[in-house]
Amino acid sequence: MLSVKGLRANVGENEILTGLDLEVGPGEIHAIMGPNGSGKSTFSHVLSGREGYEVTAGSVTFEGQDLLALEPEERAHLGVFLAFQYPVELPGVNNTYFLKAALNSIRKARGESELDAVSFLRLIKEKLKILHLNDSLLKRAVNAGFSGGEKKRNEIFQMALLEPKLAILDETDSGLDIDALRVVADGVNALRSPERSMIVVTHYQRLLDYIEPDRVHVLAKGRIIRSGGKELALELEEKGYGWILEQEQAA
Amino acid sequence: MTSTQAVDDIVRSEYEHGFVTEIESDTLPPGLDEEVVRAISARKGEPEFMTEWRLKAYRHWLTMATPHWASVHYPPIDFQSISYFSAPKRPEDMPKSLDEIDPALLETYEKLGIPIEEQKALAGIAVDAVFDSVSVATTFRAALADAGVIFCSISEAVHEHPELIKQYLGSVVPHTDNYYAGLNAAVFSDGTFVYVPKGVRCPMELSTYFRINARNTGQFERTLIIAEAGSYVSYLEGCTAPQRDENQLHAAVVELIAMDDAEIKYSTVQNWYPGDAQGRGGIYNFVTKRGECRGARSKISWTQVETGSAITWKYPSCILRGDDSIGEFYSVAVTKGRQQADTGTKMIHLGRNTSSTIVSKGISAGEGQQTYRGLVRISQRAEGARNHTQCDSLLIGDRCSANTFPYIEVKHPSANLEHEATTSKISDDQLFYCRSRGLTEEDAVSMIVNGFCKEVFNELPMEFAVEAQKLLSISLEGAVG
Repeated sequence: MLSVKGLRANVGENEILTGLDLEVGPGEIHAIMGPNGSGKSTFSHVLSGREGYEVTAGSVTFEGQDLLALEPEERAHLGVFLAFQYPVELPGVNNTYFLKAALNSIRKARGESELDAVSFLRLIKEKLKILHLNDSLLKRAVNAGFSGGEKKRNEIFQMALLEPKLAILDETDSGLDIDALRVVADGVNALRSPERSMIVVTHYQRLLDYIEPDRVHVLAKGRIIRSGGKELALELEEKGYGWILEQEQAA
Repeated sequence: MTSTQAVDDIVRSEYEHGFVTEIESDTLPPGLDEEVVRAISARKGEPEFMTEWRLKAYRHWLTMATPHWASVHYPPIDFQSISYFSAPKRPEDMPKSLDEIDPALLETYEKLGIPIEEQKALAGIAVDAVFDSVSVATTFRAALADAGVIFCSISEAVHEHPELIKQYLGSVVPHTDNYYAGLNAAVFSDGTFVYVPKGVRCPMELSTYFRINARNTGQFERTLIIAEAGSYVSYLEGCTAPQRDENQLHAAVVELIAMDDAEIKYSTVQNWYPGDAQGRGGIYNFVTKRGECRGARSKISWTQVETGSAITWKYPSCILRGDDSIGEFYSVAVTKGRQQADTGTKMIHLGRNTSSTIVSKGISAGEGQQTYRGLVRISQRAEGARNHTQCDSLLIGDRCSANTFPYIEVKHPSANLEHEATTSKISDDQLFYCRSRGLTEEDAVSMIVNGFCKEVFNELPMEFAVEAQKLLSISLEGAVG
């Protein structure tokens, strides 16, 4: 489904990704862990098409299409979704209105009919129920004045509504207390499906107690230096990243 | 119109159609002196008092100088090169078909979904059949007459209601007020007159759109609206479609008068031709708009959406003379390309417990330059006066600019004033966030801008608000990047 081969990317003069390889199959959840500055956020941003990154080599193929050739909105239309580490505030833009516009632009791009207000509200209610959320956030402006936990919940709600094929969760656990973390993780679990792959980018093992990954990858110095099952995450929690880096250097 | 153009017109007309004399009687040669003012008054068959009124204004105008305090830049205007009276164009002189019109303009009409016949009218093309609104207009006039509301051109009012004209014309904006108001008083072409009698709630929103003969009122338009005690009227001016005009300088005057407990709501959507990409040929819009809350508990509310013109110089204001009277100003102004706007309001608090609200939203894109200039004055006897001002600027791109000049003069210790101001940019983060959710960059900009303007759009009559949103989106297409 997603195939990343030898990906290299620069920010300004600095090479951040140095030959990253990753294969994600349908319905799989992959965790990407790594120390600060290893390139985790850069990878999320390159996948979703943010400006400011220069890809110098390698390829990213999503369902047979060259993802890197597409604009961010075109990637969204294909079913790529990025849950932001720092969701952006849009003052004055009503959250419900925003969601409806986003959903309809995606539906339109896929040649589906746009949802009218009634069907859209019905859909919203259904999704709120799945995630055990109330509609208090929907009446407000997008992320404006939201607490950290509210912002992340809003991201997960957007994901539920837009039903992506590939969701990238960029440090969704950062800044969350344990209760908020559980709410977010429950949401993500409710959205697990054989048709939906996820890349969970995280600094700590903590999130993986709640979201169980199929594969765990260690990202360091811009490439994946070790991959394994979920037990790798536990090992990292216990020993830190140091030992892998040392092994890597010795090799 | 420059003198060469006028001559060209005559030469060409003579060659093609051969009735020079008629042309000569229709258009005055460029230039302005007392004879020209008299000639204008005579062509319009005005009574003596009106001719004298104009002459007085003209003589005073001669002693005035063009204002230079606004933050706008343009070459000096040669007032002697302008022709101050031209009768409505004859069909032969108009563009023959849409093929002769700037394609960019047509594209905008298309996007706004304007019917083809209306596109022609807006572009100044001769249309044989007048479209549907004639019958609509007739129906409306009948309903208005039943209610006792007078709604006609100001020229008609001069003939049919001279007592009202004598009493009110120039009573809010005197000819001595400023250079362009003086010029307007001397040479005004035509405009709108509204009189709402005591206790009458005008049965519909009034709009120049429904006054067929309001088209082509020319560059010096004059509007006078009088709301007697306890009456209400809502007036819509302008059009969301870009309007083309041969005259570069527009110096209109609008006067509103609200008596005890009366309310006037005046909404404007201004979308004059802003000029080409280099700003050539755009309209200079130098307007004086002022309302006076003459009676107690009266209310005047200005709402404006300004997207057109090369230069806008405009400060719709309220004089709050009656006790407990209310003044409001809600504004969205957009400058893009090479557009310049210096706009804002004046709230003059004279009566007790008067209150005013100012909400100004300025959007600047491209190389647009924008200035908010506002005055809140609390006089010595305006006990308990209140004002709330909110003044926000939004910048798109890094070549535009926004300035804010709030003037506050307070002469009574009980006054309560609040002033909030923000300047923000549409950030790359915001755009990327929207795009990653599937919205195009243009949709994202339009959504963020509409969110920014929401408080003002809420004040517009429903269908106008919808059009204004659409207009804003179209105006800002391609503004980013």
